[in-house]
Amino acid sequence: MTLEVVLTSLANGVMLGGLYALVALGLTLIFGVMRIINFAHGSLMMLAMYATFWLAAAAGVDPYLSLALTVPAGFAAGYGVQRGIIARVLGAPEHSQLLMTLGLALFLDNLALALFDADPRTLLVPYSQATVPLGPLRLNLPRLLAFGGALVVTGLLALFLRATDLGRAVRAAAEEREGAALCGIPVGRVYATAFGLGTACVAAAGTMAVPFFYVAPEVGGSFVITAFVVVVLGGLGSFPGALLGGLVVGVAESLGGLFFHGSLAQIGIFGLFVVILLVRPSGLLGTPPVA
Amino acid sequence: MRGAGAALLLLIAVGIPLAVRSEWLIGTLTLIYFFAFLGQGWNILGGYAGQFSFGHALFFGIGAYTSALAFIKAGWSPWLGMWLGAALAVAVGLITGHLSFRYGLRGAYFALVMLAFAEIFRVAATNWAWVGASFGLLVPLRGHAPALFQFGDKRWFYYVMLALLLAATAGVAALARSRLGYEMVAVRENEAAAAALGINPYRVKLTAMALSAGLTAIGGTFYVQYFSYVDPGIGFGPTNSVEILLRPILGGAGTVWGPLLGSALLGLLGEATRGLVTAHAGLHLMLYGALLMVAVVFLPHGVIGLLRRRS
Amino acid sequence: MSALLEVRDLSKRFGGLQALSGVTLDVGEGEVVGLIGPNGAGKTTLFAVVSGFLRPDRGRVTFAGRDVLGLPPHAISRLGLARTFQLAQPFPELTVAENVMIGAFAREPAPRRARRRALEVLALTGLGALAERPARALSVGLRKRLELARALATGPRLLLLDEVMAGLDPAEVEETVEVIRGVAATGVTLLLIEHVMAAVMQLCGRVAVLHHGELIAAGSPAAVAADPRVVDAYLGEEMG
Repeated sequence: MTLEVVLTSLANGVMLGGLYALVALGLTLIFGVMRIINFAHGSLMMLAMYATFWLAAAAGVDPYLSLALTVPAGFAAGYGVQRGIIARVLGAPEHSQLLMTLGLALFLDNLALALFDADPRTLLVPYSQATVPLGPLRLNLPRLLAFGGALVVTGLLALFLRATDLGRAVRAAAEEREGAALCGIPVGRVYATAFGLGTACVAAAGTMAVPFFYVAPEVGGSFVITAFVVVVLGGLGSFPGALLGGLVVGVAESLGGLFFHGSLAQIGIFGLFVVILLVRPSGLLGTPPVA
Repeated sequence: MRGAGAALLLLIAVGIPLAVRSEWLIGTLTLIYFFAFLGQGWNILGGYAGQFSFGHALFFGIGAYTSALAFIKAGWSPWLGMWLGAALAVAVGLITGHLSFRYGLRGAYFALVMLAFAEIFRVAATNWAWVGASFGLLVPLRGHAPALFQFGDKRWFYYVMLALLLAATAGVAALARSRLGYEMVAVRENEAAAAALGINPYRVKLTAMALSAGLTAIGGTFYVQYFSYVDPGIGFGPTNSVEILLRPILGGAGTVWGPLLGSALLGLLGEATRGLVTAHAGLHLMLYGALLMVAVVFLPHGVIGLLRRRS
Repeated sequence: MSALLEVRDLSKRFGGLQALSGVTLDVGEGEVVGLIGPNGAGKTTLFAVVSGFLRPDRGRVTFAGRDVLGLPPHAISRLGLARTFQLAQPFPELTVAENVMIGAFAREPAPRRARRRALEVLALTGLGALAERPARALSVGLRKRLELARALATGPRLLLLDEVMAGLDPAEVEETVEVIRGVAATGVTLLLIEHVMAAVMQLCGRVAVLHHGELIAAGSPAAVAADPRVVDAYLGEEMG
């Protein structure tokens, strides 16, 4: 195994990690504000991936152009899901909320299965195999774009959360639930906005994954489980934690794939997940709960 | 009154295969009993002790794989392998339970950690050639061999499952009236208050986990004998975990009759929509998803809760 | 002969707040001791430490001659030290009788006998008529009474009562005082946090006063009420 192979794998891991981080960022934002673990997060990503796929396959829209559609649509979908579905169980016991998002995930995944059948589809774009040289390495262009895109979306989100009243209210709600009402912005709107933003993040991630990742009804499921690992690693509710966790998991998975056959590398990821959950459920960067 | 109703139901259940010669009816009822049985297993931990597991496929898979492997590799009768599987599931349940409860994992964190444990087993099974890797395991058929948990006539499976369900339901009913059952409910309702009254929440939850894991594993053995096949997804997959928890929640978690009611309703629904469902893959799970959401919003105590409020 | 409960030099800090600072207190077998003090004085923290729900930073707690610090709450409860919570914590889905049964299991492992014991305790605490009601249907005042009954059912030697009179009307206070007096008459030792001074005066042979986490006075109700430090503590704050 040459150094170049290892370095390439490392670079791939970092790029993939950026994408994971974006998925996780959406999940952690929703958790931070509402204390809800959204099992349907990956399913919403899967819908964005299908939208991107069909826009390209049927109407010839370039995947990156379709971001202009999938991101706002993602926001609207998330906003609507919160208002129409999640809001009904906000005061209910925690397990009701979990079951609700689980039910939604089950519904959406199998809706896609019924509509598009189970076959994985891959979108071929002219630049699917294009590479960008970096020192001795040649980086896959779509992966690099996804990584860059993830950083841009993260930056935009951070800007929104800092520079706008609504964004500040979302952050306030994430930090202190009662405090949010004090800012004069209705909590219901803040929650829906957070859910919308979280879903917009995952929609962007889904769209940017399409040029190098297959699309299938269960694809969101695999992403969301990875995203659970990422957010738990970084600390549920922590934004920097989601970024760090995404990179760690991306690199670990990519390097693990070099040394372990098939999907076995995943065991290490899940093992890490379990250990972190047990030993430090607040994650690497999260604040431990005060006793 | 309730006892008489239960006796009548039992009489009907025992009599059906004698009176009716419909393979379809026998098969449908067998599966309803089967899912009710799994639901009872989940119900002990999730319903009574209030610890929601999203990874009960872990124990199901251990039961299915253990008895199948013991038969294929060592020639053990699945009747024996069933107990080995249950014992292994209890052991794994005690380990996962100890880790989770020792560190005070609750709610969503517990649900997630159970999901992760099940996924670890699924990925491991997928990559391990000795247990059939991604293809899974086929149980070699020996014709009608009751000693080997194989029957030429599906009615045998029907009676076996009915007996298992009866035992599990009687067990849960006894549990509900026992000290342990009350302690489980107390821990579910308020852990601090339970501890203040001398209940050790860790021990109670761990006991619930062990009982629940063992029962679920026995269901796994039945499955693999009935269908002669198991693979990593069927055994350990997240969809299976959802199947296991869906019925008790729909019927009424933490009640003796909830899992049975939930399973009967879902079974009827499945049959009523069979035509539609077979035409489109995924439709039945889509229906489950919608049903789960509806149940959470409108039936926080399951269908049983609804019936009780009416009466 | 040592006291039933011995608290020695107990300190506990939460961030910037010194909740307990060097508290030393004895409660003898058969005594009824009142624990008073302005809000935030550390009374509930003291209960939480004694009953095993909180670890102190420093100090020692001995119950019936045993060091109980570091024991989990259930183990302390089994030694005969029961408590109620300031914010009543019933098991909402269970009936009143079942709630008390859970406590009674500590003495009667068989469900049938635990139930009988629960009904006896309910009669003693004036809740007999409500036995089959779901606990969630009770008013706040009755929930507090249920807490008392449940703790009592464990057959404690020492019972810690955290504001069981708060939010009750005068008639209910009178009733609860009678209930507690009846409990004390059966030989149970009582340590109670209470803001309703009339009740404290009627029930307690001795009163201890906490202020900013420190024990500032202890003695007979009359002596404590006349203590200038106690008067200052209460005047300096809002009267509890």
